[in-house]
This record gives sequence, structure tokens and C-alpha cells, in this order.
Amino acid sequence: MTRAPQERLWTLQRRAAPYVFVAPFIVVFCVFMIYPLCNSIWLACRYTNGPQSSMFVGLDNFRFMLRDPDFWTALKNTAVFACCSVFLQLPLSLGLALLLNARWVKARNFFRMAFFSPHLVGQVFVAILFSLIFLPRYGLLNRAIHGLVGFGLETKWLMNAGLVMPALVLTALWMYVGFNMIYFLAALQTVDKGLYEAAMVDGANRWQQFRHVTVPGIKPVAVFVVIMSTIGSFQLFELPYVLLQGGGPDNAGLTIVMYLYNTGFSTGDLGYASAIGWVLVLIILTISLAQAKVTGLWRTEP
Amino acid sequence: MTLKRRIGDTAVGMVVHVLLVLLACITLAPLFWLVCAAFKSPEDLFHYTFASPHPTLHNWRVLFEKEPIFRYVANSVFISSGITLLQLLTASLAGFALAKYEFRGKRPLMVLMLATMMIPGQVLLAPTYKLIYRMGLVDTYWALALPAAVSVFGIILFRQSMLQVPNDLLDAGRIDGCSEFRIYWEIMLPVSRPMVGAFTLIAFMGAWNSFLWPQIILQSQHRFTLPIALNNMIDLYAQEYGALMAGTLLSILPVVVLFALLQREFLAGLTSGAVKG
Repeated sequence: MTRAPQERLWTLQRRAAPYVFVAPFIVVFCVFMIYPLCNSIWLACRYTNGPQSSMFVGLDNFRFMLRDPDFWTALKNTAVFACCSVFLQLPLSLGLALLLNARWVKARNFFRMAFFSPHLVGQVFVAILFSLIFLPRYGLLNRAIHGLVGFGLETKWLMNAGLVMPALVLTALWMYVGFNMIYFLAALQTVDKGLYEAAMVDGANRWQQFRHVTVPGIKPVAVFVVIMSTIGSFQLFELPYVLLQGGGPDNAGLTIVMYLYNTGFSTGDLGYASAIGWVLVLIILTISLAQAKVTGLWRTEP
Repeated sequence: MTLKRRIGDTAVGMVVHVLLVLLACITLAPLFWLVCAAFKSPEDLFHYTFASPHPTLHNWRVLFEKEPIFRYVANSVFISSGITLLQLLTASLAGFALAKYEFRGKRPLMVLMLATMMIPGQVLLAPTYKLIYRMGLVDTYWALALPAAVSVFGIILFRQSMLQVPNDLLDAGRIDGCSEFRIYWEIMLPVSRPMVGAFTLIAFMGAWNSFLWPQIILQSQHRFTLPIALNNMIDLYAQEYGALMAGTLLSILPVVVLFALLQREFLAGLTSGAVKG
């Protein structure tokens, strides 16, 4: 006896369901991710002038980049910013999380919200807000400094090549310290309280408890946060672009992505922009894989 | 615990609280300054650091008279909600398929997804622009919505949360005669409500604050979104800081409101991927 057609239809819809469910994703993913990704390799080997005319130049784009002073300026600025994120911002986030995690802290949720709130303001809006905060005379920062030490009301943060990077780092601190704190706080709350008691019974002091209980407990999350903020730092664009309305004095705020944007969409050389993009990919992959390896992310814990 | 130790703890507690309050004030000061500046007359901007005793709507009048600000708000709301809905739909469907079905090509697909997550999106700017140009979609909203219609990160979030839904629940639905799509719509989505809430906020914030791609794509002023419009106002309003601050305040309000509604889900969803690993 053959199965009723209705039942066959029923089995068919069950079999087909997963393919139908992933289909919209796969179509968009292929057209706007896989295809452009392959296309960018092809583009990186071409000299282009706008989206229509192009000429094959092999590896000339990469050769040119090695001798391009603007590229090296961008790379240096971005690397300095990334170092500040990892070595200045993340320790502050961790410190803040440790403070908030102490068992006798009152109104923990209020503080958590307060520290997180800058992240609700998008990068462009943060940049606009801080372009006014850094103003001489009117700006909040100079007025605060003036109030504390009695001078510095006229400091032109965004006009002085030496002060541009500190201004960027300060803005990023305001925006991201509380954001990364959320991750550290969540990790700290998963550390087994019993381990601290056991360590105390064994006579471990605060530092030893931190070193041997807290650090191993939050390590996976810490590695994740370090890698994510390195990747994010190397993609820095909106903050300096809006804050300085370009690269700033002496290109002190030029970043890799800003340089990519300028070459591709102001100068119109999509080929060179793709080449810069691929160098960015290589830098990010190398650094995050190195970080994962050094910190033993893949080592299986016993 | 000895008395001496307890007094020591109280002292440390005091210091910690004072430190926390101080840091919270420093963090909130720029936001408070922004709110104050939006309601200060140009003369008062220099005289009072924070609130002025004569609040005024002058800045808002300037903003609304000189700029089609309602148009920008409407554009931003329209495009951000559209992208959020698209991402929610594609991510929850694909996340469901990857969590609860076995199908051909599932492993390679997941490997490919994870691999592309490591690649910074900026490398796609030039080739995607070329593609959009050839499709004739430059300066349209399609150019903003189509490449942003899927989120690999969102699929991974939905897959993780849907893996925890017991299979018995789905089988019970099948016995009751639910089609696979009804199982998704009437069982999976309601059960994943926290993740839907979290991802709505993540996707909306991403679209609302998006700048680089719209800056490349949008050319006509009547299609500008708030970030693009406000960035253009910086030079024009060099003497009207107050109006610029009013515009900024207006631009961040929708995200703040949405966050207030969804904060519990959001903070849980944000860290779930990292902490549960």
C-alpha cells in the first residue's frame, strides 16, 4: 500500500525545513560576503579609478604600500591606540569590575548601569559630544582641568598633533571601560566562592587569592576581551574621523580604516583600498592568533 | 572574625564606595553636560559649566528651523527598524536550523561562518561598493539594508540559546500536527524571548549608529540618517554648539529608551556567548 499523498507532503516539509530556514541567510551571505571577499582579492591586484575602470598591476599595490608614508603613519597610530586599549583600558575595566564585585558594595546595579551608560551613545555621537568637550574655553575637559590646577583653559586638544592621540584614547576610555567591565564582572561572578574560602583557610593573602583563584577563573573571558578589543581597536574609524573631521594635524589621528576609506572613496582607487583591507585582515588574524596561542586559549585544562 | 578585622573592612568599604561614586560622577559628567548644553543659550555656554539658571529652547528652535531634522529622525527609524527586523528573522531562522536539525552541509557552513567572523568587514567595503554600483543601488536604502540583512553573530547567539530548548517540546508540537514553520513561529520564538530582546537591541544599536557604509552610499540629503546629518552639521554649526548638542541628545534618546525596555535581556545576552563559552 502506498502512503497517502498528504503524508508524503508532510515528510517532505520536514525534510526541506532546515534548508528553507537557512536559505535567506545563505543567499545574502554568498552575495554580500563570500563574493565580495573573493572579489576583493582580484581588486587588490588592480589599479582602479572609480568603480568602472581598472587595470591589472599584480602586487604593485602591496609594493607601493611598503613605501607609502601615509600608510605607515596610519599603521603606527592604530597600533599605539590598540596598545592603549589593551594595556590601559582593560586593566581599568578589570579594576572597576573587582571593585564592584566586592561583597559589601551597595547599589551594585546602579554603578553597573552608570559605568555602562556611555556605550549606549554610538561612536559618531560620542565623537560629536567630545569634539565640544575638547574645545578650548567652552569645553568640559579644559574647564575641569582649569578648576583643578588653575591653568589649561585654552588647550587646543584637537589642533595639536601631540595631543590628538591622548584625546582619542581618553574618549575611548570613557566609552569602553564600562563596556568591558560588564564582561569581567560576569566572569568574576562565575568564580566559585568556595575556592576563596579554601584559599583563606590555607592562609593565602588577598594578592595570592587574586593570583591563584581569580585569574585562572576569569582567564577564558579575559582572553576573549583582549582579543575583541584588539580587533576593535584596529578597526578604529568613526571616532577620529568625526572628532577631527579627517586625519587631524600632521595626520596624527589617521587610522588604517580611515586611510582605506580615503583611498577608496575620496581618491577612488578601490584596488588600493582592497589591498589595504587585506593587510588589515592579515594584521588582525596574526595578532589574535598570537594572543590566543600565548595565553593558551586552546590548551585543554585538566 | 576579630573586631579589628571588621573595622578594617568597614574602612575599606568606605574608601571603595567613595571611589565608586567619584568614578560614576566622572562617567556621567559628559552626559549631564550634554543635557545641560542642549538647553543653554549661546551666552550662557561659557558662563555656566553645567546647568544655567535660564534654560531655553533656543537651540531646539535653531535645529528645527535650519535642518529637516524630522526627516532625518524618520529616515533613521525606518532604516534601523527595517534592518533589525530582517536580521531578527534571518538570524532566528538560521539559528533554529543549525541548533535543531541535521542537514547536509551543516558542518562546512558553520566553519565558514566562524571563519568570516574573524575577518574585519572593512575589507569588503570596496568590492561591495563596486557590486552595489553595478546593481545601480548607490544612494538607495536597498544598499544599506541588503548587505546588513544577515548577522553571523546573531545566528550564533540564536543557535546557542535554542540548543537549550528540549527536543521533547518540539516533538510534542509535531505530534499535535504543527508544521516545522509553526514550530519555529509558535514554540521556538516565544521560548527564545530573552534572546529576541537582547538581539533586537544589539541589531538596532548597530544599525542606528552605523556611519561608514551610509557615508559611502548616501548622497542625497533627504535620505541622510542622523549620524550622517549630524556629522555634516559640525562645520556648519561652528558657532551654534547648543544646536549641535540638541541634535546629539535627540539622536541618542531612542537607543536609551529601547535599552531601558530591554536592559535585562541585553546584558545577559551580551555576556552569554563569552561566559558560557
